[in-house]
Amino acid sequence: MERRHLPLGGRLRGPVTLLALAAVPVAVLAVFFVLPVVGMVGRGFRPEGHWDVGGVLDVLARPQVHRVLWFTVWTSTAATAVTLVLGLPAAYVLHRLTVPLRRVVRAALLVPFVLPTVVVGVAFRQLFTGPLARLHVDGTPWAILAGLVFFNAAVVVRAVGAAWESLDPRPGEAAAALGASPGTVFRTVTLPALRPAIVGAGSVVFLFCATSFGVVLTLGGLRYASVETEIYLLTTNLLDLQGAAALSLLQLLVVVALLLIGARTRPMRTSTQRAPARPRRPRRGDLPQLAVTVLLLAFVALPLATLLIGSLQVDGHWSLANYRALDSTGSHQALLEPATTALNLSLRIAVDATLLALTLGLLVALSVTRRARTRGERRLRGILDALFMLPLGVSAVTLGFGFLVTLDRPPLDLRDSPWLVPIAQALVALPLVVRTLVPALLGIDDRQRQAAASLGAGPWRAVLVVDVPVLWRPLLASAGFAFAASLGEFGATSFLARDENATLPVVIYRLLGHPGAMNYGMALAASCVLAATTAVVMLVVERLRVPSLGVL
Amino acid sequence: MLSLREVSVRYDGSPALTDVSLDLPDGQVLAVLGPSGSGKSTLLRAVAGLEQSTGTIAWDDRDLTGVPTHKRGFALMFQDGQLFGHLTVAANVGYPLRLRHVPRPRRRERVAELLALVGLAGYERRLPGTLSGGERQRVALARALAVEPRLLLLDEPLSALDAGLRGRLAADLRAILVAAGTTALLVTHDQEEAYAVADRLAVVRAGRLVQEGPVAQVWQRPADPETALFLGYARVLEGAPAAAVLAAAGVGHAGPATVAVRRSALVLAEDGPLSGVVAQARATPDQVRLVVDVDGVGEMDAVAGSAAHPGPGEKVRLRADQDRLSILS
Repeated sequence: MERRHLPLGGRLRGPVTLLALAAVPVAVLAVFFVLPVVGMVGRGFRPEGHWDVGGVLDVLARPQVHRVLWFTVWTSTAATAVTLVLGLPAAYVLHRLTVPLRRVVRAALLVPFVLPTVVVGVAFRQLFTGPLARLHVDGTPWAILAGLVFFNAAVVVRAVGAAWESLDPRPGEAAAALGASPGTVFRTVTLPALRPAIVGAGSVVFLFCATSFGVVLTLGGLRYASVETEIYLLTTNLLDLQGAAALSLLQLLVVVALLLIGARTRPMRTSTQRAPARPRRPRRGDLPQLAVTVLLLAFVALPLATLLIGSLQVDGHWSLANYRALDSTGSHQALLEPATTALNLSLRIAVDATLLALTLGLLVALSVTRRARTRGERRLRGILDALFMLPLGVSAVTLGFGFLVTLDRPPLDLRDSPWLVPIAQALVALPLVVRTLVPALLGIDDRQRQAAASLGAGPWRAVLVVDVPVLWRPLLASAGFAFAASLGEFGATSFLARDENATLPVVIYRLLGHPGAMNYGMALAASCVLAATTAVVMLVVERLRVPSLGVL
Repeated sequence: MLSLREVSVRYDGSPALTDVSLDLPDGQVLAVLGPSGSGKSTLLRAVAGLEQSTGTIAWDDRDLTGVPTHKRGFALMFQDGQLFGHLTVAANVGYPLRLRHVPRPRRRERVAELLALVGLAGYERRLPGTLSGGERQRVALARALAVEPRLLLLDEPLSALDAGLRGRLAADLRAILVAAGTTALLVTHDQEEAYAVADRLAVVRAGRLVQEGPVAQVWQRPADPETALFLGYARVLEGAPAAAVLAAAGVGHAGPATVAVRRSALVLAEDGPLSGVVAQARATPDQVRLVVDVDGVGEMDAVAGSAAHPGPGEKVRLRADQDRLSILS
């Protein structure tokens, strides 16, 4: 019998095999994502076992809901605009110019993105009640806005920066040679080429802002609520499931719409060889961009520095007492277990979640990058691709609460399972893993595999020779992202983690909620520990030089 | 007039171009010829102001140091055209005119003129993605000419095209440049392209200018053996073989000589002064190409009319054509 030496991707043909490859992730997503979200939303539509659509629609007419919607839209829009204004010059400086400490600065700007949202909240509260108290920003929407920009600047810098870096410099040079001044070159050549990346980054930032939970909850308190925190308040405090379901559904629709826009504008990859742009030394004309970058850096560093200084002070004196207190349960019995136990647990859960997310992500990435031979297959692939992006934007609160209401009875009674939290976190991290692996896989020219096959390499051998050398870095990088994301996950975990086995972000939030200087100091110290851990992970990721987040 | 004095460019400390000096009179086309990696594109980019260089680059005795690319009044045409993919052909060609605030009706008129000049009349509404490689290069040329540049810089303008098209377009390019009276600096690794388009030739090797002058002069008197081989001479002979070939061609030369010989310098002739044994023979449409082991010279290339069919092992006589060899020293 003739043995066909075709690589893995080429041997498995047709939609059937596409589904076979995607079967495990699809099943996991169905059980642990679609089921909980549908269960949660369904509970709102059928409060007493019969349909009540009118009740849900009534929710949307409530003035409070209008307030919440308006607040979400305007803060997200404003935060997106500010993030773009600050992020674009920084993307240019950090990806097209040779500035000292370029890599370190890039990694530093990435830290906020994976920083636990609770930590971001704590840092800004510390900043606005401490050094910048004179601005009277604490407890206003401006604080929330600042937190959102802080959190998302990295997305713009990375996504647009990666596009800028791979941008062929020659059309710009051609325009300059035709008499275009640098400003005109930017307006007529560079900007049109970057538009997909900018629109893509902008829509992702808007998505993150609109579904941000930890930042709004810690900085907005009870005065200001976004859709996400309102869902949380409705479900936990007011037990108004109908209202929560209506908001969840609305959010889901907006997220899907935004993801569709994102997929439309995702930059098309061409396989043509491009002249690599060598970063050049800054000139005088780059001063404004450099100034904005320094501003952004200060904006990112200031809250973190305040946080660090705050954690090192007790009653105005330098002390490590806050850190030493981490092995206690805080004052007024704020915690059931010491914070160190929570850290330990966080790390263990993060490892589990990372392994899960990597396995699922790799399967998803392999299936959505397979060469589609028919239109039906291509469409199926597109649907799968979009499906696995959903957890990115769906309210983590909805997911967490959905877990509680649907996975609590046989055959799936996971209420007390130690896997509940890792699974939820893996789902939240999944889009990051997929978005890091997919470009790397797409970057492999299929002809390389064909060449390997023609030289006598069997399918697995071809994967080993062609795919593995390209893939191991992105794989490690996505492991870092997943680990950091899981370590900082707060929305879903805050529902699922019990008091006796809370993760560190949950512990921080709990400490903040309890009165007492010691509890507050412990929250600061724990935030620093968490921030330092994620920062180290991110530095390692940055060293791998993977254009991660480039095509979110 | 463009003049370069001791122009050098370094990339990360390693020299890409060293002490290049040359002059290009108005209205002439200079081809900078060199193998890939010789620094010829760097030279072009330095003239365009896209590379930091030392030394002096001047136009009509005005030093251009510190003058940014867009203020030099030079147009640059890239190897693959670098058309703006999001603009139509008309918008691409009209781009430099729009920068110069040329009013719209005049602009439209000028774009039509330029497209007609490059043989693409009526292509205004097309997008670059729908054009063939040759058409894209023509549009790029039209766009570069729209600037009415005092100097047109062409970076391997025809290399990306296939051989047949390259030949046709090279002749067109020459005609267009002459018609527009443009001073041009052309960079290429292909001597045929250089001969077809240029008035003057500059040979660059390993970042240094080896030879510069009118095309015919450079072609007839290569500066050294390497240049001769690069310019398409088949072999370079020294000592006794060189003397034998010179004697056969009837050229007198005192002392030891170095001779560059073209493939067609030795021609099969019954009464020729050289004799040898055919080692290989290959028929081409125009002539038969031979490799002959010539007595007292060694293995040489030779040609015969397509009527003759000498086979390997056959003894033949050859004459040497003095127009097809060059005495290097």
